[in-house]
Amino acid sequence: MAEVSAVVKPKPRPIIRIGLFLISHSLFVSIVCCIAGVLALLLLPVLAKNTYISENALMPGSASAMLSSDDASDGHVFLNKIMSISSMSKNSGIEIPELIAKHITESGGEVNYHKFQPLSDSFHPLQFFVGPDAGIVQDNYSSTSYGVNTVGIVRAPRGDGKEAIIIVTPYNSVKPTTSEALSLGVAYSVFTLLSRVSWLAKDIIWVAADSRHGEHAAVAAWLRDYYTLSSGDLEHEVTSVKREGVSNGFRRAGTMAAALVIKVADSSTGFEKDGLKIYAEASNGQMPNLDLINIDNYLAVHGQGLQVRVEKIWSLLDSWWLYSLGELQELIGKVAKSLNPGWKFGIPASDYVEGCATLASSLYNQALGVPTGPHGAFRDYQVDAITLEFSPRFSSSQRVLFLLHVGRLVEGVIRSVNNLLEKFHQSFFLYLMTSPSRFVSVGIYMIAFALLIAPLPLAAAALFSDASKSKSPGESIPTSPAWNWLYAAKTVLIVHLWGAIVTIIPYLLHQSPDSSPLTSLSMWIASSAILLFFTRAASGSLPFSRASQLQTSEWTLLKAVTVATAFIGLCLMSVINYATAEIGALLLVPMCLMAVPLRADLKAKTMKAVVRGACNLLLVFVGFPPAAFLLSKVALAGFDRVRLDDFWNWTESLREWNSATYIYICMVHLPCWVLCIHILLHRR
Amino acid sequence: MSRFKAFLLLFLALFSVTASIKVEELNEEFTEALLLRPLPDRKVLAHFHFRSSAPPSQRYGRHHHIFPKSIHQLVHKFQVREMELSFTQGRWNYERWGGFDPISSCNAKPPGVELWAEFDVPQNQVDDSWKNLAHALSGLFCASINFLERSTSYSAPHWSFGSASGKLRYGTLPREAVCTENLTPWLKLLPCRDKAGLSSLMDRPSTYQGYYHSQRLHLKSDESDASETSTGIVLEQTLTVVLRPETFSEKALQPNWSLSSLFGRSVSGKCSLSSSSNVYVQFEQNLVSAGDKLREVSEASENAISVGEGFQDNPLFELSHPPKRVIRESGNFQKAGSILYEFSVEDSNEFKPFDLRLNWKAPVAWSSPQAPLQASRFLLGSGNERGAIAISMKSTRSTNNVEGTGGYDENECWLRVGIFQMVPWYVKVYYHTLKLFLDGEPQSSTENIEKILVSPSEDKVSTGVMELILRLPCSVRTAALTLEFDKGFLHIDEYPPDANQGFDIPSAVILFADFVANMSLHENSLKQVPILSKLQEEVPVISYTEVLLVPLTTPDFSMPYNVITITCTVFALYFGSILNALRRRISEEEKLLSRKGARKASPLTLMISKLTAKLRGKPWEPPEPSDLAGRSSSKYKLVAKVALVAGVAAAWQLYFQ
Repeated sequence: MAEVSAVVKPKPRPIIRIGLFLISHSLFVSIVCCIAGVLALLLLPVLAKNTYISENALMPGSASAMLSSDDASDGHVFLNKIMSISSMSKNSGIEIPELIAKHITESGGEVNYHKFQPLSDSFHPLQFFVGPDAGIVQDNYSSTSYGVNTVGIVRAPRGDGKEAIIIVTPYNSVKPTTSEALSLGVAYSVFTLLSRVSWLAKDIIWVAADSRHGEHAAVAAWLRDYYTLSSGDLEHEVTSVKREGVSNGFRRAGTMAAALVIKVADSSTGFEKDGLKIYAEASNGQMPNLDLINIDNYLAVHGQGLQVRVEKIWSLLDSWWLYSLGELQELIGKVAKSLNPGWKFGIPASDYVEGCATLASSLYNQALGVPTGPHGAFRDYQVDAITLEFSPRFSSSQRVLFLLHVGRLVEGVIRSVNNLLEKFHQSFFLYLMTSPSRFVSVGIYMIAFALLIAPLPLAAAALFSDASKSKSPGESIPTSPAWNWLYAAKTVLIVHLWGAIVTIIPYLLHQSPDSSPLTSLSMWIASSAILLFFTRAASGSLPFSRASQLQTSEWTLLKAVTVATAFIGLCLMSVINYATAEIGALLLVPMCLMAVPLRADLKAKTMKAVVRGACNLLLVFVGFPPAAFLLSKVALAGFDRVRLDDFWNWTESLREWNSATYIYICMVHLPCWVLCIHILLHRR
Repeated sequence: MSRFKAFLLLFLALFSVTASIKVEELNEEFTEALLLRPLPDRKVLAHFHFRSSAPPSQRYGRHHHIFPKSIHQLVHKFQVREMELSFTQGRWNYERWGGFDPISSCNAKPPGVELWAEFDVPQNQVDDSWKNLAHALSGLFCASINFLERSTSYSAPHWSFGSASGKLRYGTLPREAVCTENLTPWLKLLPCRDKAGLSSLMDRPSTYQGYYHSQRLHLKSDESDASETSTGIVLEQTLTVVLRPETFSEKALQPNWSLSSLFGRSVSGKCSLSSSSNVYVQFEQNLVSAGDKLREVSEASENAISVGEGFQDNPLFELSHPPKRVIRESGNFQKAGSILYEFSVEDSNEFKPFDLRLNWKAPVAWSSPQAPLQASRFLLGSGNERGAIAISMKSTRSTNNVEGTGGYDENECWLRVGIFQMVPWYVKVYYHTLKLFLDGEPQSSTENIEKILVSPSEDKVSTGVMELILRLPCSVRTAALTLEFDKGFLHIDEYPPDANQGFDIPSAVILFADFVANMSLHENSLKQVPILSKLQEEVPVISYTEVLLVPLTTPDFSMPYNVITITCTVFALYFGSILNALRRRISEEEKLLSRKGARKASPLTLMISKLTAKLRGKPWEPPEPSDLAGRSSSKYKLVAKVALVAGVAAAWQLYFQ
């Protein structure tokens, strides 16, 4: 009996069997999953759905626009006044705020000036977790240059004043351009209309933001003071700015429902229609509710006949491979349709290419984690906001008509938001745009990412089981294989700690002023390299000291732990910023999976080994963050426009905007890259 | 003895005289009045004032001719001593419309419904009476006042609302929408409804078109004390609206208006049941002094003859009707007080309706008197976790010099400001974080706090209440108060409809107890007219702050479905594995495995083979252990089963297309 039971082993549970099966075929599964992941990403423009207005209360376009041509011509008169001030030689930057304040008072609104200084450079990378603190801000206006925002408020006649809609028009108060004056004209004509209408349920705040210190800084300063007990609340009068009975006391109007930033582009469109470009990305890839974009798009296209665009990467439009891919999917779609008329997929190749270019731009802007306009400041306070950039058809003539169209659009959007009883919550917050009227929701785009990172835990498990199986017979120290991985984990941990230190180095470099980007970059790289060398030398477990003791299984264990940490890092990042994780996974997953010591490949001298070695070298080269950045720049902008110090500037900007992408690059991507190199250079 | 008799006689005589006087006074009375006042920002304030009174029922009986029965029953049933109910739409603009006059102090109310009531019952019955009253009023006024019944929506203020008896309850519903359905039952309480008299002006579209609309019902009763001095029940109904006259006059001039242009109707006669029916036009003190200045200028230039008190020669405006009398407020020594022009509608009729008209003659700008501090309240911080409530108060002294009772002595002068703040339980206020800033400087709060009473909220049971009396130096320019809070979680059942809008924190009440807003009219005869006596009443200056909207974490309400799905899955997995573990017998399984080769046939084939064996009449034999063949055949069977299911599915699909 005993012999029989020894022969026939009991079957494990099916779920474990599936797991074992996958692990034993991990190579095949990895290849299939990676290819499927990339394909799924490329298929996203095809899978994109048409946008629809999810919140029924919005009812865009259900009321006819009330903005008359009189209002538009009022706006034009206002615009001319601003232009005449800006053409004056002496301009201290207070004349235009005064003019705006006077007009707001005349139209029956309340007005105040908001004096601010640009925020100092401070690094709060985890601000998106914590949120701005609700303390009071004590600022001292030591420096002479400050900006003056002009804030006008229309109180809703019968409203309860609990909510407000914000219009923001950034302009340079010293020297406004014509387009900035146009945006002020639009805001003014809408504001005067709204001060008369009876349907208003939410208060309207018009912030004419002084963009002398940057558009975002002005809006962010105003918002910071709105949400804290600011100096405007505490000090009674700051005599330097008080003019004509307009007080400095900060005025507020309840919880913000939505914000619209109105800008006018300097260049006119080449099209026969006025154009509208929508910017929505806020910091760390946060997006406003899709409904806000939808109503803009709906009203602009169906109401005012504007040409609506979202940002796209233009150089992708001419790429032949994308076009042939588009044709391929079109062909497949046609074949599928001929088989069953019910199957409707496949879009025209040109649409596909356009969708891809928009998607790539959307993905890149979200991954960057840097807001694409002043609307980004609102998202930090959980307010849905977008920037509407209008581009007039003609540069100077027919301005009144332009003001009329744009004013009616803004009025329509405000009316829709005004209809809203609840805050925006119905539609999507996690999405990628493939055109102004098409989007990919989180449920679809997560598939691509999940497929890409699925091989990582499998590969880790497979490598671990390999390492524990293949014990070399000549092992001198009898260690338990189960605990062997702790050495590898120690190495990985040390490298990640090194990554954390690398994250901080630029702040130390930043202390020394007046260094050119290139020297800073080289100093950063050099100090990191030295630091790495020292950590390697200092920690006893690293190859230089323990090389003799290293076994064959050592690198597999190291790779297993590396792959596992890469998986954890990518998963964490996908929660914070999906787009960063997606792009990171595209670079990191093949690199981590392929990594095999080069010596083994050289020794083997088979075709397969040589190809694998070459691939490894290529992937490691591409995986180095500066190289990846510069290569993508070369691919998009051309070779001659790329300079080496661009990378420093890029990381600098990431740092300044408190982007989580910076943390990801330094603390996940870079250590994994170093570990991959470590594996490649491993001695047997 | 005779002396005693004489005394008795005298006493009887006196008693009879007083009794006869009492009998004469024991009458129900109803008066109506309308006060109109031009506001600085080209709007007009219209304040309707109706007063009905009923003598105490011990002496008068329970039957009334004029006084509304429902109110009488309400008072008797719930032993209401005093009660005020207001329905408000829009916000009173303290900055432009003033905050230092009797009308704004009494009639500027927070948006939505506000109710407070004081009962004349033992302490332990007060809550029950309140709940019953809320339900009764809810039915009476077609509003969801019954939501005030819940203990989480009302509170018991100790000193902020006058009485400190502890029998007062206060509650607000900031989200209540006010409309004509609330006005109609209110009008039903008037003897003439809106069919005659001043209330016939209440054209629904035009009254609800306004910038502010507040209907108020104030009730005072001393029914319960049986003494001779009791006056019975006094019901005061006021409707305050702020309207913007539609005119095409030029921008510099204030808009001209008439009753018919404001309301779309005009008065044709008084309500015949009312004992007085007057219309007043009030010109504020600042406007009067502006007019005086203008007059001086014009007199100097034109050398015109002054006619003194006249209204025709007023350089500012012109009234279409001659006033019955002109009432001047006795101002202080520097300035003249405000002026009231009284008109009577008694001599108007259907053919000659009373349509008062005001025409402006010269452009004028003035500002309304302001409360000593202008308060505003707002939220600090963002996110779903925590935040802070801030109340900021700014001195209005720079804009206009309010002559308070204290007189600004700079050193020894203190400004006492009472704050009453009620916070729902899901906003968990940490009262120890109370910070006070005076002119931007943080203060150690004990120094400036004269009196504080805090009752923290209890989750799902009661609201948090803070009553505070601040003692600020008169020279203070700004004062700010912050309180930090955490946002709580609600159970999914407790979310109101439209939960994603956020949650309201009711208005805070700012009370300037040292300041009284009253008009000092010297003639004693004026006390007979209820509206004028009301204006002369000394009421503390009160202002309400904004209602705040706190966004709380709101669940996805489709979540129950997801939760059900996921819990079912978890349960299935859990019970499945438990059952599996219980059912399994390892040793038997091993035995089974060892005999795996021996028996492979399914029970069905076994049965068939047994059956055939019986039919053939042969003894049944177990089938041959053919391991390989059995396995391959089972594989084929599996393939066949899969193919069958796929075929059925395809047929199904085809059939239904």
